[in-house]
Amino acid sequence: MNRFVESRWLGAVAAVLCLLLILPLFAPEFYIYILALILVTALLAMSLNLALGYGGIYQFHHAVFYGVGAYAVALMITRASLPWWISFIAGPMVAALTGLLIGWFCIRLTKLYFGMLQISLGSLIWIIVYRWYDFTGGDNGIHDIPMPVFLMSTNSVYYFILAIVAVCLIALYLIVKSPFGATLQAIRDNPQRCEAVGVNVRQHQLMAIVVAAFFAGVAGVLFVGLERSVFPNMLFWVLSLEIFVMCLLGGWFTFAGPLLGAAIVVALRTFVSQYTDYYTMILGIILILLIFFLPEGVMGFILEKSMPRTQSSEGGR
Amino acid sequence: MDPAALSSQILIGLSRAMILFIVSAGLSFVLGVLRVPNIAHGSLYMIGAFAAFTVATLLQRNPAGFWIALVVAPLVVAAVGLVIERVLLAHLYQREHLMLILFTFAVGLVLNDLVKIVWGADYRSIMPPPLLSGAVSLGDISIPRYNFFLLILGPIVAVAMWLFVNKTKIGKISRAAAVDREMVGVLGINVSWVFAAAFVIGCFLAGLGGALVAPMTSISLGMDHTIIIESFLIVTIGGLGNIWGALIGALIFGLTQSVGLLVLPQFAVVFPYAAVVIVLWLRPRGLLRSVW
Amino acid sequence: MLSVEGVSKSFDQFMAVRRANLTVPEGSVVAVIGPNGAGKTTLFNLITGQLKSDRGSIVFRGEEISGLPPYEICRRGIGRAFQIANVFARLTVFENVQVAVLAQQRKSTHLFRPAQGIAVAETHSILESTGLTGQARRLAGVLSHGDQRVLEIAIALGSQPKLLILDEPTAGMSPEETATTMTLVNQLAKTRGITILFCEHDMDIVFSVAQSIMVMQHGSTIIQGTPDQVRQNRAVQEAYLGGGDA
Repeated sequence: MNRFVESRWLGAVAAVLCLLLILPLFAPEFYIYILALILVTALLAMSLNLALGYGGIYQFHHAVFYGVGAYAVALMITRASLPWWISFIAGPMVAALTGLLIGWFCIRLTKLYFGMLQISLGSLIWIIVYRWYDFTGGDNGIHDIPMPVFLMSTNSVYYFILAIVAVCLIALYLIVKSPFGATLQAIRDNPQRCEAVGVNVRQHQLMAIVVAAFFAGVAGVLFVGLERSVFPNMLFWVLSLEIFVMCLLGGWFTFAGPLLGAAIVVALRTFVSQYTDYYTMILGIILILLIFFLPEGVMGFILEKSMPRTQSSEGGR
Repeated sequence: MDPAALSSQILIGLSRAMILFIVSAGLSFVLGVLRVPNIAHGSLYMIGAFAAFTVATLLQRNPAGFWIALVVAPLVVAAVGLVIERVLLAHLYQREHLMLILFTFAVGLVLNDLVKIVWGADYRSIMPPPLLSGAVSLGDISIPRYNFFLLILGPIVAVAMWLFVNKTKIGKISRAAAVDREMVGVLGINVSWVFAAAFVIGCFLAGLGGALVAPMTSISLGMDHTIIIESFLIVTIGGLGNIWGALIGALIFGLTQSVGLLVLPQFAVVFPYAAVVIVLWLRPRGLLRSVW
Repeated sequence: MLSVEGVSKSFDQFMAVRRANLTVPEGSVVAVIGPNGAGKTTLFNLITGQLKSDRGSIVFRGEEISGLPPYEICRRGIGRAFQIANVFARLTVFENVQVAVLAQQRKSTHLFRPAQGIAVAETHSILESTGLTGQARRLAGVLSHGDQRVLEIAIALGSQPKLLILDEPTAGMSPEETATTMTLVNQLAKTRGITILFCEHDMDIVFSVAQSIMVMQHGSTIIQGTPDQVRQNRAVQEAYLGGGDA
């Protein structure tokens, strides 16, 4: 790895982090709220990208793990009256367990078959949540979930989310750079070859799904911290498509791409829908333009321009 | 519950399954030939329903108004499909598979807002034509005429699809393209137009499904969401790209839902989803052989 | 070391391999030859587990390996380089080989340690012995065809095989590249003590390198013997000269 490139990235990350830390001192509360939402969504998109971009797994229904994590917390706090911190820890665990279950089911298949089967299983969970009024609140969801005092103001929630997301992103980065991450990328490029050098491909893919589901669960928990409510659309497959879009939009072969994609989508949704009712059309047109002109995503494009060709995919990983 | 009510409940479930079948068959056909799950399929179905509404309303005084709508609406949707395919999609076939899926999603987003612009966000409805109003009685069993009509139409569409794929030249070519597209290219056939034809036929079926559902439901924005997930599941349990599989899948979907309504009304919609999971547990690649 | 006995495999109606036999003694270089479509690649796929045989036994170092998944077979010491270059296009040359070394050392599930510092020495030594050191930082996808084929061998070496199977290692190479590759293969056999099983179109190469040659036709074994025995065998002469496909 090129040291110059490495240190340049480190500098950029430090600068962004400093900015995020001091922003609440002068930015209006609404912007802080949107920023927190972007951070949560970014974690969700980046967790998906571990499976999708790095593992080449057709993870078509990733939102389920996000929703399961969120509902787990909401139900534990409201129905079982568990302390918030136990629920916050248990939420991602439940999501990871769901990932293990669904992943174990789907891993027998590959590509499109895998994706379709995952959509089926995820939809089953969604429809149960959607209809089980007595337990999950059905399509009303659960609102006004009690939160600890220190999570009551927007700024404190923001700092809480920033801290957790930062820790998670460091963990994800380490995973991507670890032997497991390297092997996962090799599986993406050529699963048959991996089997032939002694890699148990399915075991690695299942592991990737579980890890991705765990971090999606963390994002779900953070969403509850921010919004203090959950609703069935969190596990609807349209959301899965949206985070899918964030990955491809930002650049799914890069580490930070999905973060950028999440920021773009959330910001578009927030600010464009203030001016027009046709936000989804604008998103669709942007997507079509991107597919035609920037197939590697925004981040992939930036990396390509800023580095010599043969190393273009190295700096981002 | 007495057997007559049970039977009519099941027949109504089956008749709804026919619409699911027609929509899923279109999705499955496109998936088989192009290998792209067309996420915009639900939006095309919605356009079909709105187009049928417009035509039927314009021709309110004409006794054949509904029937004209039933023909015109799918053609409108097919035309939309043709434009999308020729102008945009045709340039993307060489691209990464996921990009194609994403593209159809983007098209769906645009189409949904176009529907909002053209027809607004209000709920709409149309009446079935006089010929199909009221009920028919079959012995003790009585079901609405319109559902009876669907029960007849579904198998007709299935047979027509079968004849098309197996007996016409373009059908045979598209089936061959599904199995081995390089070979079809080598034979000197313009694969690009085969894809266009397949896409347009898929869109036509989505439009037909939308037009058929128009008298049975309130036509509104958001009606694309459930149909697309349902037809995805039907195509998956039937076997990707297999038309008969789509028929079986739709029947399973429709039947389990009507059984669910009798057993546990609150969770009726859960039944088909559970059935899908059970089928895929036993046969992860679907009931019938997929085409490739 | 490896003995294949009576192995068959059919696809639908077509029997690609029928009751094939093959013996690979430890430390030897064995070649499989035969006309196009004789079933050489299928036989290799059966040995390394990409395909499951219909019947017959494949014994490697005293253990039955037929029916095991490919990664288990690899872990028992059989490395494989494929006919079409089968590299990890979006990884660097270094990472390509490293992935194999990691898998061999059972470290591919390590989650939180940077891969940069693991298995570096082993990887570099393989890159050096295959002459790829200069290319280590390039993406595998942009290498020349010849280099990708060499990388293919390097990846196979990454799993520290005792038996290395090469499927047409010089196909599509220039005469010069062919010579270097075969020198490399010879060196591997001598210095690393790896047993080698390969198939090859170029008869000059086969007869100069292999100590034992197995001839296949229509999926069956015609003969296995020393180059001289094979040269003088009547059935082989018929298969090659009579069939008109050499």
